[in-house]
Amino acid sequence: MSNVYEAYSELPVPIIENIKKIAEKYKLTDSKLKQVLDRTRKAYHNKKIEAGEAIGIITAESFGEPSTQMVLRTHHLSGVSEMNVTVGLPRLIEVFDARKEPSTPIMEIYLKEKYSTSPTKVKEIAERIKGSTLQDVASEFLLNIIDSNVEIKLSRNKLQELNINSKQISDIVQNVLKTVNVVQDRDSLIIKSTNKETKLSELYRLKEKCKEIHVCGLKGITQVLPIKIGEEFVIYCAGSNLKDALELEEVDAKRIKTNNMYEIADILGIEAARQSIINEALKVLGEQGLHIDIRHTMFLADAMTKSGEIKGVTRSGITKQKESVLAKASFETPIQHLVAASLVGEKDVLSSVIENVMLNQPVPLGTGLPGLMAKMKDKEKK
Amino acid sequence: MEYVYKKIDSIVFGVLSPQMIKKMATTKVVTPELYDKEGYPVDGGLMDVRMGVIDPGLKCKTCGGRLKECMGHFGFIELARPIIHIKYVDTIYDFLRSTCKECSRILADEQKISEHKKILESTKKEGRTGQIRKVVDEFISSLKSIKKCPYCSAKQETVKLEKPITFLEGDRKLSPIEIRTRFEKLSESDIELIGLNPGYARPDWMVLTMLPVPPVTVRPSITLESGERSEDDLTHKLGDIVRINQRLFENINAGAPEVIVEDLWDLLQYHVITYFDNELAQIPPARHRGGQPLKTLTDRIKSKEGRFRYNLAGKRVNYAARTVISPDPKIKLNEVGIPLVVAVDLTIPETVNKWNMDRLKEFIKRGPKVYPGANYVLRPNGTKKQITEETKQQLIDELEEGYIVERHLMDGDIAIFNRQPSLHRMSIMCHKIRVLPGNSFRLNPSVCSPYNADFDGDEMNLHIPQTEEARAEADMLMQVQNHLITPKNGQNVVGCIEDAVSGNYLLTKGVEFSKENAIQLLLSIGVYEPEKFKKLKSKVSGKEVFSVLLPNDFDFIGKSLEKKDVIVKSGNLIDGIIDKATIGESNGSLIRSLFAMYKEDVGIEILGKIFRLGIAVLSKLGFTTSISDTDLDLTIKNQIEELISEAEKKAKRFINQYENHELTPLHGMTEKETVELKIMEVLNEARNQIGKLISKSADENNPTIIMANSGAKGKTLNLAQMAGCVGQQVVHGKRVERGYKNRVLSMFEENNIEPESHGWIRGGFKSGLRPYEFFMHALTGRDALMDTALRTPKSGYLYRRLVNALQDLRVEYDGTVRDSNSNIVQFSYGEDGIDVSKSENGTIDVEKIAKEVANL
Repeated sequence: MSNVYEAYSELPVPIIENIKKIAEKYKLTDSKLKQVLDRTRKAYHNKKIEAGEAIGIITAESFGEPSTQMVLRTHHLSGVSEMNVTVGLPRLIEVFDARKEPSTPIMEIYLKEKYSTSPTKVKEIAERIKGSTLQDVASEFLLNIIDSNVEIKLSRNKLQELNINSKQISDIVQNVLKTVNVVQDRDSLIIKSTNKETKLSELYRLKEKCKEIHVCGLKGITQVLPIKIGEEFVIYCAGSNLKDALELEEVDAKRIKTNNMYEIADILGIEAARQSIINEALKVLGEQGLHIDIRHTMFLADAMTKSGEIKGVTRSGITKQKESVLAKASFETPIQHLVAASLVGEKDVLSSVIENVMLNQPVPLGTGLPGLMAKMKDKEKK
Repeated sequence: MEYVYKKIDSIVFGVLSPQMIKKMATTKVVTPELYDKEGYPVDGGLMDVRMGVIDPGLKCKTCGGRLKECMGHFGFIELARPIIHIKYVDTIYDFLRSTCKECSRILADEQKISEHKKILESTKKEGRTGQIRKVVDEFISSLKSIKKCPYCSAKQETVKLEKPITFLEGDRKLSPIEIRTRFEKLSESDIELIGLNPGYARPDWMVLTMLPVPPVTVRPSITLESGERSEDDLTHKLGDIVRINQRLFENINAGAPEVIVEDLWDLLQYHVITYFDNELAQIPPARHRGGQPLKTLTDRIKSKEGRFRYNLAGKRVNYAARTVISPDPKIKLNEVGIPLVVAVDLTIPETVNKWNMDRLKEFIKRGPKVYPGANYVLRPNGTKKQITEETKQQLIDELEEGYIVERHLMDGDIAIFNRQPSLHRMSIMCHKIRVLPGNSFRLNPSVCSPYNADFDGDEMNLHIPQTEEARAEADMLMQVQNHLITPKNGQNVVGCIEDAVSGNYLLTKGVEFSKENAIQLLLSIGVYEPEKFKKLKSKVSGKEVFSVLLPNDFDFIGKSLEKKDVIVKSGNLIDGIIDKATIGESNGSLIRSLFAMYKEDVGIEILGKIFRLGIAVLSKLGFTTSISDTDLDLTIKNQIEELISEAEKKAKRFINQYENHELTPLHGMTEKETVELKIMEVLNEARNQIGKLISKSADENNPTIIMANSGAKGKTLNLAQMAGCVGQQVVHGKRVERGYKNRVLSMFEENNIEPESHGWIRGGFKSGLRPYEFFMHALTGRDALMDTALRTPKSGYLYRRLVNALQDLRVEYDGTVRDSNSNIVQFSYGEDGIDVSKSENGTIDVEKIAKEVANL
């Protein structure tokens, strides 16, 4: 059977797969299958994209036109008020801009099978994942002006909950703040600067700094929420820290998700980041009930990642990669581009669209793309 | 015939050298005066006639051209003292930091220089200007620590830039003269090390000694009604510069004290800076007497109204018309009806040859006022002659082959039709002209949706392509039938809308006509199929009438909105009701099949007929929607009332639980949030049930229900809102909350969370709203308005950025997708190379092919 398909290797794999499935369904004989394949090939050639098609503009239109129909608001994740999720147009803008950090980072942690079904176990893991700062475990921060030190009273209950003791915390604080002395006195820490003279404002700043010290759990994760999906529990986290999450033993590394594409690019590579852009964009469009062909999303993701790093659809991203001065200048900050171009004596060879529009010349797209070669008789010789 | 070729191959950017400024100038500007007593431009003034003319009577002294013939010529100002160019301050700073104060060589030993050169060259080979900048910056900062020149052993001091333009070496201020003399000594190879191309930009040129004066034509003055002249902002600014410059010259020559010279120098520097840019942070903007800031060179270039986006990227055209649009289902989909006044004003150039000579002479004979006539004749030597009563005969006599006659628009001519905002490519399509009486553009209502047009006063633009190439391209690529399917997702953008849908729905649902009436109906929409008419029996069902429009070999199986089969065999509608799912926009499966099986031209022809049939049926049967559509039986009314009070009771129960703290909060929510959610759930459920109840109980022949069921317009929810209950009003995803302290309106008790005090509207639109209900409803409306108003600019900006980032990407002849520098983005478009606008929802429908083959 397989040799029948070999002659049609030009057809894309998904279509061949589809034909195989359908051949089985309709119990097609070999000759009929050949007919189907022939017809499909004919259809495929008819539907192939034509050379010169301005596919970039079509993609831009495909996103630009429906983006006017999207909503602007953030939604709460399954009704939890602290866990906001940016959706709709703002999220789409965020994805295309390739912001370093999403405005609402979310991580979905799937667990390995043996951990994922028992609610108590999942809850315990979730508690461990949740990142805590000193502020979370302390009951009081005191400024001692006379001795010019900061006293932090730790809460016993919280410590027990997090399974950590005062000694460990004291060590952590000492490790982070190199220029202070940390003295542990039962449940309180006394922090004194090594500098002899400490101004009150400095002391205050020290206190504020202490509050933010990361004590345990995964750094950056502010909320955890186990949610039952089917049989298993999934931990939704506000905040994202893929690197540390992958190191946890219970985590199913194959299914873990984050909406921070830079983390993905750093840890899993640019191809994974491309897929993440596609997934995030599709998610937004799906939520809004907009149907845009996946080719456009893939194409945009390719354009954003083709250089090996994520470039946003901004003047500092894709547009900056352009070589033409006029193309860059016509977008944003024209003066800077012109000044920079004048310094190096830059030459614009007018290879892209906008420069030729400016000069009233045919653009290298569509019917403007083909050139005509002809042997011209040399008039001067005659 | 005009041919288009590439006339400009490339453009090089650079900095003007003082020699170049002088060379390209025609005038040395020495006096701030503009005109003498007679109002004639002063020699050596800023309006000197050697720099071009803006008065109709004068002649340019340089080229002899008159107004509009002479493009203008540059002049120059010789500055008494050097001035720093504000836009190049950063570059000047780079050089001051990295060169020796004594010998002007780069402060690096030879080894370091050769290393740097190597890195520079390798990055240049890779060809990224951004990276070169980075390399240079690193190099410059590495020179910071060098305190002694490796060549002349002079001790170096750190140079600081005090914004905007003051350079401090140690504590001493560096004068532009000093800076310039230092830079003049720089060797070309040293300049290259800082990333500059010395052929195009030397740092000493960035300290100005000459200032080019733009031609007069660039800064024309306006004569006010009072006869007073109002000069352009640039002229004003240049006047300031010349005045101070001359004063500075005089003071220097007179040997004035250094303090005075310094002051004037600073003033001159200020004027030159604000001539270039008026929006710098540390510099107060130069203003008119009235107080508004002067427009500078920078302002002319940047932003939306600047040269780039307004004049260069945006083009204005001739041969265009714009007027209000109105519908006309009787014209074809790819036609546009144009009023006679437009037809006699817009023209098409026709070249005279021996075959059309007589015809064109007829046009000229009729002249510009009688349709169809002609307006102009173009002679081969390029002169244009208007056709008037007087010139008519002469022009007819002299007409020869090679002349061009600009004749009026006629039926069948090609036009390009457009409606803003042009969000996708279907916003500008090619239509064939139909000259019609009236004063508006007419279009078939089917093509409303690609343009996103309606007829509440919309205007549209019409362009007439003037060359054969343009016409051929529009005809082959831009016609409506080439854009039936959007490349966004492969759905069709044209289809039947509104009355055409409900008409066909009623027709195919079970109407019966006598044979005579059926034929009458079909003939009235321009369908004449004698063969098919013969086959009709004395009683004709609606399905049979519909079938007359379909081709004889058309087979189709599809689903209606209600998921019932619609079957067409050999051009006969056997079963099923036609509705939006089969003939509507976006996924009308029947018309999709028509487009696929027959050529698009045939497809839109049939679509037009289906459309007209729908409307004709409605006119024949009579169709209206009235307030009685919302009448309900008493029993239904009672049921609704019951549902509402039931829901209210439930809500009340939740409120009681909440007030007694008996409500267990949902995970991660407070008790308040939980009760809000529960109330919302209960109330929305109630309205949904009312909707179901009404649509279930409503008469099938209720016109509002017909419209909803056929998908023509409206949902049953709308009927439920009119007849039954408007329901809970939502602002920002929540019940109405804000207003007074702890209550929405002053009439409610504080902290009352009962439904009616938070936007629950229990009545329907028909029974009317209470004042507070009306207010809450208005809140929702306002919220929706705000959302759109805030969204439009955001999505518009996203769109602009997307287009700008992607506009150069195209499919190459080898099937790869590349940018303008031939860098590959995708090896095959979309991984399979299928064009979405030719596909069936993004793929090839293999199953359909298999089915067809299996049936063979």
